[in-house]
Amino acid sequence: MKIQNSNFPYPPTLLTFPTLLTPMTPAHSPTPSNTWADRLAPRLWLGPVTLLGPAGVWLLVLLVLPTLLILEISLVPGLRLGQPSGGYGLGNYLQILQPVYLRVIWRSLVFAVGSTALCLLMGFPVAYWLALMSPQRWRNLLLVAFILPLWTSSLLRAYAWTTILRPSGVLNGMLTAIGLPAQNWLNTPTAVFIGLTYSFLPYMVLILYASLEKLDIRLLEAAADLGATPRQCFWKITVPQTLPGIAAASLLVFISTLSDFVVPTLLGGASSMNISRLIYNQFLGPTRAWGFGSALSMVLILAVSLAIALLIRYGDRNTVTEA
Amino acid sequence: MPSRPVTWPSLFTALMYAFMYFPIIVLGAYSFSDSRYSASWGGFSLRWYRALFSDRRLLAALQDSLIIAIVAVAISAVLGTLMAIGLARYRFPGKGLYRGMSYLPLIIPDIAIAVATLVFLASVAVPLSLGTIIAAHMVFCLAYIAVVVSSRIQRLDPNLEEAALDLGATHTQAMFKVLLPQLAPGILAGCLLAFVLSMDDLLISSFTAGGGANPLPIEIFSRVRTGVKPDINALSVMLILGSALLAGIAEYVRYWGDRQRQST
Repeated sequence: MKIQNSNFPYPPTLLTFPTLLTPMTPAHSPTPSNTWADRLAPRLWLGPVTLLGPAGVWLLVLLVLPTLLILEISLVPGLRLGQPSGGYGLGNYLQILQPVYLRVIWRSLVFAVGSTALCLLMGFPVAYWLALMSPQRWRNLLLVAFILPLWTSSLLRAYAWTTILRPSGVLNGMLTAIGLPAQNWLNTPTAVFIGLTYSFLPYMVLILYASLEKLDIRLLEAAADLGATPRQCFWKITVPQTLPGIAAASLLVFISTLSDFVVPTLLGGASSMNISRLIYNQFLGPTRAWGFGSALSMVLILAVSLAIALLIRYGDRNTVTEA
Repeated sequence: MPSRPVTWPSLFTALMYAFMYFPIIVLGAYSFSDSRYSASWGGFSLRWYRALFSDRRLLAALQDSLIIAIVAVAISAVLGTLMAIGLARYRFPGKGLYRGMSYLPLIIPDIAIAVATLVFLASVAVPLSLGTIIAAHMVFCLAYIAVVVSSRIQRLDPNLEEAALDLGATHTQAMFKVLLPQLAPGILAGCLLAFVLSMDDLLISSFTAGGGANPLPIEIFSRVRTGVKPDINALSVMLILGSALLAGIAEYVRYWGDRQRQST
């Protein structure tokens, strides 16, 4: 993830530590410039202000500033749309501590941890098979085939599960056909776990694959030569060697599932209110409690930042960016 | 590795492939079923496809989504690429902060971005419209494009552009004839990713749409919330075919990029 300047076009000697206000002087312009574009090029086209300015301003105005704004209004207790507000205070954050909202946060965590664990359990064998056991010739194609569903709308993939899990859906048709009792999973947490696992399994496989692909096969061969059983090889070499990849993939899936909105809404019904749905309701629902919704958003951002900090500390970031 | 008989990882993997494709196959099958209640097969029919193509509202929503995605991605392609080049080329005070900011859209959950954008737009009293959705989508589009282009820059041969300058190319020539052609596969891959994310976005659109625009995910969401809609099955099949095409293009771009890198 680190981009060293020495990696890119100019050797360090040419780097003159330009600030945003002083464009780098062209070290390499011995040729006479003919057109106006060439004459302006070093200063305007390629200057740091042109390169970094537009995107920077955009992110600053439409992301950083708005985030600071919701931090501010989260500190105005009881702020509602169209109502005069009082002074600053921690009322909105204290409101989160009410049992009814703590249950929502707890439920979000259970959804996230549970579906991350399921993704890991189901994804690891797939990534292992793809990276180490699949026919070399088809390996890339097989990997692409597994993550292909990511290219389709997440909304429609969740909707597909509603047609499967409905009481009169495909699943129950199959279950009754083989003589098993019908299940009523739609609008229960079970459906949320299925939907979240389905949605994020390809990410898990992709990152684990990138990690397993780098595994040094010679280590496994050496261990086998020295008499280790396949089970010992797996637990003493494969798993420890890919632990950073496992950590990165798990934290990424955890972050995504923690804040997912579509799956709990479409598959979980009223019983599966999670933090994203709660925030959504504060703004687009009937309550219009913007202050409280902003406080919830700040808590969510904080939780995700913590997970990212763990990722940077323990995870293999290169695996993520490569994937 | 010797070819062994069927092992449990390969069996399990086959099962997982079935798991990934089962819902898609179910949608596809029922889109051709004549029955309104998709529990039972009602015989082969194209009626849902006919219904789909005569559904003005849905087609208008698709049009809105395409406009948003294409405009947002086109502008972001320029801004994101410039940002990636700038980050690779310059050192300046606060660069760490700038880079951190460029990762924010990838890190902050969609719902929080959506909320923040809505509050911001309300506070500066900008009326919500197609334009506000595009502006909001550009935030994550340019961040994703910049990340993909950055990883491409990292793997470039650093000497080529310098060689061009040594051989008398102007900075403009070096940029357009040496750097950009090498970055093209990365830019295109980033654009495809951003396009798919923009077409798929529900939350940020919902919070920045107002009454003026109605992109496809919002329309689909409001329909499927209230139960199964057979014409949505048909729409899913069309969209899945579209995404398969995009994925195919993306894979080709990656192959092209790898080959280009090997040949340089």
